[in-house]
Formats: sequence, structure tokens, C-alpha cells
Amino acid sequence: MKNSSRRGFMGKAFGAVAGVGAVAALYAMKKTWDPLPSVKAAGFTTLDMSAYKENELVTEKWRGKPIFVLKYTPEMMSQLTEKQKGRTISVGGSDYMVTLGLCTHLGCIPSYNADEKGFLCACHGGTYDFTGDVTKLPPPRGLDIPPFKIEGNTLVLGEVGPEYSQMKETGITL
Amino acid sequence: MAHFTKATSVHDWLNQRLGIDTVRRVMATEYWIPKNINFLWAMGMVLAITFALLLVSGIFLLMYYQPNIATAFDSVNYTIMNEVEFGWLWRHIHGVAASVVFLIIYIHMFTGIYYGSYKKGREMIWISGMLLFVTFSAEAFSGYMLPWGQMSYWAGMVITNLFAGGSLHADGLVEWIRGDYVPAQAFLTRFFMLHVLLLPLAILGLIGLHFGALRIPHVNNQDGEEIDFEVEAAKYKAGDKAGSKVIAFVNDFLSKDMMVVAIYLIFFFYLVFYHFNFAMDPVNFDPADGLKTPAHIYPEWYFLWSYEILRPFSTDVGLIAFAFAQVIFVLLPFLDRSPNAVPASRRGLFQVWFWLMLVDMIVLTAMGKLPPEGVFSTIGLYAALTFIALWIALPIITMFEKKA
Ligand code: HEM
Ligand code: FES
Repeated sequence: MKNSSRRGFMGKAFGAVAGVGAVAALYAMKKTWDPLPSVKAAGFTTLDMSAYKENELVTEKWRGKPIFVLKYTPEMMSQLTEKQKGRTISVGGSDYMVTLGLCTHLGCIPSYNADEKGFLCACHGGTYDFTGDVTKLPPPRGLDIPPFKIEGNTLVLGEVGPEYSQMKETGITL
Repeated sequence: MAHFTKATSVHDWLNQRLGIDTVRRVMATEYWIPKNINFLWAMGMVLAITFALLLVSGIFLLMYYQPNIATAFDSVNYTIMNEVEFGWLWRHIHGVAASVVFLIIYIHMFTGIYYGSYKKGREMIWISGMLLFVTFSAEAFSGYMLPWGQMSYWAGMVITNLFAGGSLHADGLVEWIRGDYVPAQAFLTRFFMLHVLLLPLAILGLIGLHFGALRIPHVNNQDGEEIDFEVEAAKYKAGDKAGSKVIAFVNDFLSKDMMVVAIYLIFFFYLVFYHFNFAMDPVNFDPADGLKTPAHIYPEWYFLWSYEILRPFSTDVGLIAFAFAQVIFVLLPFLDRSPNAVPASRRGLFQVWFWLMLVDMIVLTAMGKLPPEGVFSTIGLYAALTFIALWIALPIITMFEKKA
């Protein structure tokens, strides 16, 4: 009786030590899988907005991800609905679409058709209009807009300017 | 201290220390297999042999493969394929085996479903088998990342994005899995680790569990007959081999098993030497490019059916349907409410269910390969809905099944 309760105590003591050790080990394992600081300190990308041609999609790169930049033609600018205006970025008197070039469904890169002025994602057939707003399922929302700040004729990706904050507040982008 | 005597032979020396006679008796000569089975019962052995082929060819690939995003593609497509003598052989064996293993797994699974070999004490065989299926899927996916071609990269992107859980936007989880914002070096190295160490270890452990789970219930038979293995084994041992309903695993049954394995291997090496292309996606012969998606992204053929269940719906519904498809087979022993463990041909409506399920999965597979447009989208949608409806119907139709 005395013996078995002593064994019971040893069992519990061992369980407690092992439990602490297991939690500590899991924590270390989780942290080992985290992105490295060098990866997280990803730089900022500065775009010179005066260099783009109308209705010609250019793919830039930010944090390893493709960024779509599309300068609107005056005709495209005149067609914008209220919702589309909300997604538009104006720099130096011209209007642009600047979004992440990754489908909001599962992350393929949609392709732009300059004649039809729209995007098609070949992976599961989603489509977007020229402002990056979704026009056919399965994507759940329009193309996401990266954090940006307007500085004169340039756009700094990765920094948060007032225009971006407003888009976030109104739910135009995530 | 046990009692040891001077050994009379090497066999006796080992037997005193390791009990090899006992091991042989328990594992081989007195492990009983019913006589009344057919070639479909050899699929398990075919799977074990295919896994051995993957292991051996993988070890040789590993000698030259470099898990670095700058060199991985060339280490496979140039070094292994062009420089290493017989490097192509290991790569073709590995690629063909990775594809064919799923064909055999599906045959093995549907054999089990047809003969009701997942109930009456065989539940753990089924569950360990499904765990093997899931681990093999992860193994194939992680291996597919390694050549770091366009399909590797974009399949990696799309599949890891599934973990964001649609509207849950668990982007942090996705970045954690990748170790970066996009698939990059950290991603390749960790999937390399999974592919060559952790998952193969898990597979070996699960194979052990699968075999262990077979031991007590024994394998089923063509008529779902309940065999009293002790009585039949006693007959066999008493010399009445003709009258007994069972035979010994070694040598009787193994010789039959190996006959099927031999035929399979001829077919397998025919593919390796003359028709390996089906296992090598041409798109993956372009190096990974994070700024260009291939025109069509589709998984290897063995994932197409579940991919097609994801595709026709909006993100959230698609994810739920996909998750459903991934786990539902595990629950088969509990969703089938009928106690009858007999072939589907004697189970009324269940027979209809079986063939509908098989055909539906083939249709899903075909639609998954075609571009998601027009009539294909529609057929895909109905096939996905049929899949879900069949699983909802299963408990109901089996509840009313008559005792066979
Ligand atoms: C434990 C044993 C294994 C080892 C050591 C191993 C090792 C490797 C290595 C080094 C590669 C990269 C070279 C290449 O792409 O050809 C590779 C590729 C691959 N592995 Fe494995 N592997 C093993 C098991 C498996 C299993 C069980 C499967 C699937 C069921 C599998 C599926 C694949 C696939 C699909 C590829 C890509 C093949 C290609 O693109 O040619 N491997 N494996
Ligand atoms: S990833 Fe674009 S539609 Fe699925």
C-alpha cells in the first residue's frame, strides 16, 4: 500500500516533468518553423508611376509576390462605377490599378486580356474586371491591394499611406 | 537467467538467443490465410513491393539531388538525368512507382469496400489503411516539390493556400507552413525533410500497424464466410490440407502472392522503360517562376477527384466539400450501418451504391483534368454533389438492409 502510493507519486512527478518538457519542445519546434527574421524584414518596393503605358499590364515584384500595375486609358477612367473608383489609385493625375497579382481564390496568377479589359484565372476559371474586382466565382473577392503610400510621382509598397488606410477601413481590400 | 546450452548449429545458436523458430511460426508458417480468395488479395503485397521500389530508387536519387532553389532543378534534370549513369533509371522508377502506387491503393481500397472487409473486427485495418493513404498523399505532394519546376512551385502555392481556410484568412498559418511569404528556400528544405525522412518513417510505422491490425481478425474472403481459424488450422496441421479452409501464409500463400507480384513487375518495368512519360508532367520541365502561372494547373491524376470536388464551389463551400472528401472514407466502417460483411453483390442497394461511387469518382477524375469551362463545369458540379449525396445516403440505405 505504502509502496504503491509512492509509485503513484513518482508516476505523477514524472508526468509533470515530462509534460513541461513536451510543451517546451513543441514551442521550440513551432518557432523553428517560423519565417526567419531576414525573410520578415522584407524590403519596400518603390514604383515610378510615370513610366507605365496605358492599358498595358506590368508585373512588379514585392516580397516575392507579383504586383499588377495597370494604367487606365481616359476611356476606362470615364467608365468607372463608384465601387470601381474606390479600388483606383490616382497618382499625378492618372488612375491606376495596383494589386497583388495572386488570385484571391487559391493564389494562381490571373492573366490580363487587353482587348476585353479583364483578367482570367486559368486555375479554376475565376474572372476580374480591369480594376481587379471579381466578376465570376470562385474567387471570394477582388484582387487584394498591397499596403502603399503615394510620394509625389512614386508609390512605395510596404508602407501605409492615408489612401491605403481608407481602402482598408471601407473594406475595399483586406 | 535463461538456460543456454552448447549450440549444435548456427541455427540453434541463433534460435537460443533470438527465438527465430517461434518468430517464423508466428509470422509465417502458422499465419492462416483462407483459400477462398482471389488475385485482388495480392494487392497489399504489390503495394509493399512498390514501396520498396520507391525506397531503393529514392536512396539513389538522394545521392545527387540538391535541396536548394538555385540548384534543385538542374540537379534533377541535368545531373541525374544526363550525367549520372543510370540516373534516369532511378528517376523513372521513382516517378512511375509514385503514380502506380496510387492506382494499386485505389484498387486495394475498392476491393475492401466491395467485400465489406472494413467491419466486424476489421475496423482498425481500414483506419490504418486510410492513414496510409493520407500519409502517401503527403509523401507524393512533398516529393513533387523537389524538382522545383513550374508545377512544383504552383502546386505548392495552391495547396499551402488551402490552409488559409478561405474566409478565415489564416495567412499567418500559411506563412508558417512555408517559412516565407511565398514558396522559397525555407519551403523547399522543409518539404525535402518531410519527403525523405519524417513521412517515410511514418509510412513504415503505419505499415507495421496495418499488418498488426490484420493479425487477429485475419483477412476476409470472397464469400464473407466467418471462418473458425482455430478449427481449420488444426485440420491443416493434422494433415487434412484438402479439407481445411485455410492455408499457411508461408509457403502456400506467398507463392501465389508472388505470382501476381511477378506479373505486376513485368507491367511496371514495361512502363518504366517504354511509357514513363505519363508520370512526368511536361510543365514541370520548366524551372519554377513565381511571376508566371502555367496556363492550366492540375494535380497528378490521383488527386484529381478531390480537386474536382473543390473546384465548382465558392472558396468556403469548396473547402468544406474538399475537407469532407478527404476524411469521409475513414468513417466508412461507422457510416455503413449494416452488419453484413459479405460481397456487395449480395447486399441489394449497397451494390448500387458501390458502383455509383466508383463511376462517380472516375467522372470526377476525368472532369478534374479538363479545363473548368462550360459543360465540363456542369458535369463536375453534379458529380461533386453526387459524391456528397452518396455519403449522406449510405447510413440510410444500409440501415434498412436485410440480413444477408
Ligand atoms: C522513403 C523513400 C523515398 C525517398 C528516399 C525519396 C526520395 C526522393 C528524391 C530525392 C526525389 C527528388 C528527385 C526527383 O524528383 O526525381 C524524389 C521525388 C519524388 N518522390 Fe520520392 N522518395 C521516397 C519515397 C516516395 C514515395 C513513397 C512517394 C509517393 C507515393 C514518392 C513520390 C515522389 C514524387 C512524386 C517525386 C517527384 C518525381 C519527379 O518529379 O520525377 N517518393 N523522391
Ligand atoms: S486560384 Fe484563381 S480561380 Fe482558383
